[in-house]
Amino acid sequence: MDNIDAALAQLVRHDAPRVLALLAGRFSDLHLADDAVADALAEATTQWPTQGVPANPGAWLNRVASRRAIDRVRRLDVERRRTRAAAPELHADPNETTTMHDTFLIDDPTTDPNLSEDQLRLMFLCCHPALGTDSQVALTLRLIAGLTTDEIAGAYLIPTPTLAQRISRAKAKIRDAAIPLHMPEHLEHRLDAVLSVLYLVFNEGYLGRGEDPEPMRVDLCEEALRLTRSLLDLLPDHAEIHGLLALELFHHARSGARLDSNADLVLLPDQDRTRWYPADIENGNAALREAMALQAPGRYQMQAMIAGYHTNARDAADTNWERIAALYDRLVTIDPSPIVALNRAVAIGMAETPQAGLAALPQRDDLADYHLFHAAHAELQLLAGNVEAARAAFAEARRLARNPAEIRHLDRRLADTN
Amino acid sequence: MEYMILLHSDESAAPDFAPGTPEFDEMMGEWMAFNAELAEGGHMIGGASLAPTATATTLHKSPQGNTMTDGPYAETKEQLGGYYVIEAADLDEALAIAAKVPIPYGSFEVRPIAFRPEA
Repeated sequence: MDNIDAALAQLVRHDAPRVLALLAGRFSDLHLADDAVADALAEATTQWPTQGVPANPGAWLNRVASRRAIDRVRRLDVERRRTRAAAPELHADPNETTTMHDTFLIDDPTTDPNLSEDQLRLMFLCCHPALGTDSQVALTLRLIAGLTTDEIAGAYLIPTPTLAQRISRAKAKIRDAAIPLHMPEHLEHRLDAVLSVLYLVFNEGYLGRGEDPEPMRVDLCEEALRLTRSLLDLLPDHAEIHGLLALELFHHARSGARLDSNADLVLLPDQDRTRWYPADIENGNAALREAMALQAPGRYQMQAMIAGYHTNARDAADTNWERIAALYDRLVTIDPSPIVALNRAVAIGMAETPQAGLAALPQRDDLADYHLFHAAHAELQLLAGNVEAARAAFAEARRLARNPAEIRHLDRRLADTN
Repeated sequence: MEYMILLHSDESAAPDFAPGTPEFDEMMGEWMAFNAELAEGGHMIGGASLAPTATATTLHKSPQGNTMTDGPYAETKEQLGGYYVIEAADLDEALAIAAKVPIPYGSFEVRPIAFRPEA
């Protein structure tokens, strides 16, 4: 039974997204493909425990889901013909015919020559800018990563019905507004939306990680890394994808040292660097080298270089703040967001003087509700010797923080200023 | 697929060229070229440019009785100034057409048509 559960889990996670992409491509219909894959998965769940796991589960799923898709098309066709006979005025379109036959349904999905392109198209559809960011994230995790609605809801700590509704609304918009399943005309621009979804997923996993780690909860960091790697397999010549992978790996390398045994937050300078994962650092460096070789700079590569300077430093004092500040100078020109400006100010504070860092802080209005703005402001004030100003800023940061580990950290910093 | 493109833009910033001036002719030329492109591509179903919101009257209908107010339905920074009804293969094509509408600033809402009695 354990074997069957493992085989079913592998089918859902590994094979189902591939078969879904192939069917969506063949039938040009995401809904049909999704329903057909769901039918086939249900069949596996009831059949396999009694009949055993097929020799090639992926090919089995491809065959069964394709048949279910054709069944659905035929049923629709019959209904259409029936209504056409009864009410021909509703069917004015002479081109409306169905030409789906059983002939193409034999292959193992992983060897299908259309797989890459079909998966890419589906990824671009899930991250279409006509969908809200929350919907893009939910669709990507559900249709590309093969996570269940329960797993996604659990990872984001939101009720399953809320997430299910988000997904069904997004799918309804795809159908009703005719958001197309095709390669975008302006690939670079649309790729940016995909990368931003993957990085959002990674960050959600990274920041949400630590508090009562539940082994059953899906690790969004791992999912984001997996998705970034598969996007890279599909588009190996895009420097920014290598850049995003490097960035994620550098963060991931430090994830084991971010919390101490009391689950309290340990800031970068105080982290035990022997607990960083050397394999992640090595792979991050390799990804960054591949990105640079493609000579197409971008924001993820710059962020990865910054993270790389931190992660490759032997200790905090060894950190090359001058280079980091120079990279932020470049990053702020392509991403002029207040958050980047804030990080740049911190780097300047470390590379030059705390006063220079304070002078470079972005307008308070832009980040008044962002606890890390006040925390960074406080640290710079403290370095500059202004204890009163530091205490006030820490107090504001403490008031705005939500994550329990961050709240405890800010309480300690507040106590340090007394 | 049929879509409506609702053209919202700040009417106080709209150009106010007098007919007969070269600026007016240039502006009209852009619109005529855009309309011709829509028609030639088989996209044009219809459209209209609306008179300014100063001319609008809003009828509020309810079982308790109807009332009227002077002005548009909502006071907004950008106002509905016109619309197109177009035929497009999919949302991407509809959005590409919306991007070509010769108004430099504004918010253009693109919505699928659910039903059109004259279609």
